[in-house]
Amino acid sequence: MVEYEIKPVAKLGFGVDELWRYRELFYFYTWRDIKVRYKQTFFGFAWAVMQPILMMVLFTFFFGKKLGVPSDSMPYPIFVFTGLLMWNIFSTGLTSASNSIINNAHIIKKIYFPRLIIPLSSVMVTLFDFLMALTIYIVLMLYYAVDINILEVVGALIIALIITSLTTFGLGTFLAALNIKYRDFKYVIPYTIQVLLFVSPVIYPVSIVTNVWAKYLLAINPLSGAITLMRSAISDVPPDWNMVLISAVCAVIYFIGGVLYFKSSESYFADIV
Amino acid sequence: MANILEIHNISKLFKIHHNAGGYLSLRERLSGLYKNRKSSDEDFWAVKDVTFSVEPGESKAIIGRNGSGKSTLLKILSKITPPTKGRIITRGRMASLLEVGTGFHPELTGTENIFFNGSLLGMTKKEIENKFDEIVDFSGVEKFLDTPLKHYSSGMQLRLAFSVAAFLDSEILVIDEVLAVGDMDFQKKCLDKIETVTKSGRTILFVSHNMAAIRALCSSVLVLDKGQVRYHGDVTHGIDHYMSISSSFEEQPGVFNLEQHPSKKNKKSGLVEARLIRDGKPNYLFFPGGPFKGEFDFAGMTPDAEVGFRLVIKDSYFQSMVNITNHDLGLRLQANKGGSGTVVFEMDVLPVYGDGTYYIDVQFGDEAKYKDTIENALSFKLEPKDVFGTGKFLNPKINTVFPGKVNINVQ
Repeated sequence: MVEYEIKPVAKLGFGVDELWRYRELFYFYTWRDIKVRYKQTFFGFAWAVMQPILMMVLFTFFFGKKLGVPSDSMPYPIFVFTGLLMWNIFSTGLTSASNSIINNAHIIKKIYFPRLIIPLSSVMVTLFDFLMALTIYIVLMLYYAVDINILEVVGALIIALIITSLTTFGLGTFLAALNIKYRDFKYVIPYTIQVLLFVSPVIYPVSIVTNVWAKYLLAINPLSGAITLMRSAISDVPPDWNMVLISAVCAVIYFIGGVLYFKSSESYFADIV
Repeated sequence: MANILEIHNISKLFKIHHNAGGYLSLRERLSGLYKNRKSSDEDFWAVKDVTFSVEPGESKAIIGRNGSGKSTLLKILSKITPPTKGRIITRGRMASLLEVGTGFHPELTGTENIFFNGSLLGMTKKEIENKFDEIVDFSGVEKFLDTPLKHYSSGMQLRLAFSVAAFLDSEILVIDEVLAVGDMDFQKKCLDKIETVTKSGRTILFVSHNMAAIRALCSSVLVLDKGQVRYHGDVTHGIDHYMSISSSFEEQPGVFNLEQHPSKKNKKSGLVEARLIRDGKPNYLFFPGGPFKGEFDFAGMTPDAEVGFRLVIKDSYFQSMVNITNHDLGLRLQANKGGSGTVVFEMDVLPVYGDGTYYIDVQFGDEAKYKDTIENALSFKLEPKDVFGTGKFLNPKINTVFPGKVNINVQ
């Protein structure tokens, strides 16, 4: 027999055991979000594939060809696509996670479940998009006949993916909770993401920053570490492990901070949403 | 046996921000740091010090006017919102149905929606798979399972939604007014289903304005008013108590303010006030077989609109005794140039007999469509009368209709 108590203030924590009990709902939430996403958009799967390709073509033309931005001795399309792989997880994931609670307001007001499931599943949808883009990435690698050590690339990819996902999820949950309380955040988020694109080494290599401290400052944005790591795996340039470490630590901090803030305010979502 | 659900001193406080337009903005918050914010906040106890317990197998109705705290109490019980004070102990798996079809998505097919909705309601994938055929069978939409929900009629969506909910297997079930929807046939089917669930020994908390359903389904009643428990006990007394609170809006006996009535959905237009008239004055006492007159003021309709009106008289068991529309009489009703007017309903002979309280439902709206459906809008009492003028009274327990003129003789 299940016996539990409902009390005014829940204890602060990640609520991992509760999340585990609701794992099936998490599965269904993600499953539904993916289905809806690919049913609603006109091109469906094609869109997930086209979007990074279009960005890659544009960036290659303007930054690679016209402006001659250095690309760590890789073909610029490969170089920029590597950055875009991580960047798209971050930008799409952050946008959808931060709006996810508001978008699910009608459900939140009617049924209880751990609210963390909602932003978590919207990040999962983005990771699904990532898998689509990854196939293009592999095709590109084959086309440019990039000489790589598969094991090294897979390892770097996994670490970069973890860093990016933790960051996206942490900031996404943080913003989702803020978004409910302060509705003007909705307008700030797209703008911030635009600015962040230029602060992240997506279209340019980290190597253009020569000052070590500036480089470490850049690594506070965990995407820097993630993208740098990925790029060094497919080029001869060894990774700057300090940068990767700083990025990884920051990602964990953002993750814990974001989730804790979310958990501390989640019980009142239904009252203010 | 231990109580399956214990509610101890539950209270819920809301802070009302008077100057903010609903949501806070960060700008307001930052500028507010310099101001004294206390002055614009007001405390509002939506639920105050509510204590009660529920035994296993009990089905309890929670009734109260709009704003009495029912919904907040249900939300606290469903864990959707935390209480400010107090605690609740539950000893069983609890599922709450504050709405049917939560999370239904128009782009998803019937099957997909069954799985997602079922999962939201707390069913496991396995449970849904096991009950899938029953759910589909009950809903009657098996032909459209692979069709996106957006192509369903609203009735079909509703049937599907209720069907998923109907197969919830929790020990405690919290239901909020989900029956107030659907066509008559399906409502009946739903009520029957809930009755079976009640009989199966499950514990049910039921919030509704439908007194007949409460009489049929529930074994006890909790009456809430202004966030506090006003009555807790058997059904008949509970409903009487609720009715006495409901009609406390009356400024004088026989006058009913309908704008504030709990079951009036459309607050902007339609019926405003009603009066029961005897001897030219508002009254709440009538005689079996005597004249009966009601006046119903309405406003906010289209100028010169043709309107429709239905009046239902029910006995204290909510059994319908009279159910008449102006269409039945072949009469046309029209609003005046200002979109308002008064519907006057007159009967020469009130055809009911008894000694209890009678309730009146009214429906009102544009020609074919009734915008207002107000249940238990008015009430009156019947005064006993020697209907045959013999000084002898008919027994109200076995006579419910006014018999008219009766003659018995031997020929």
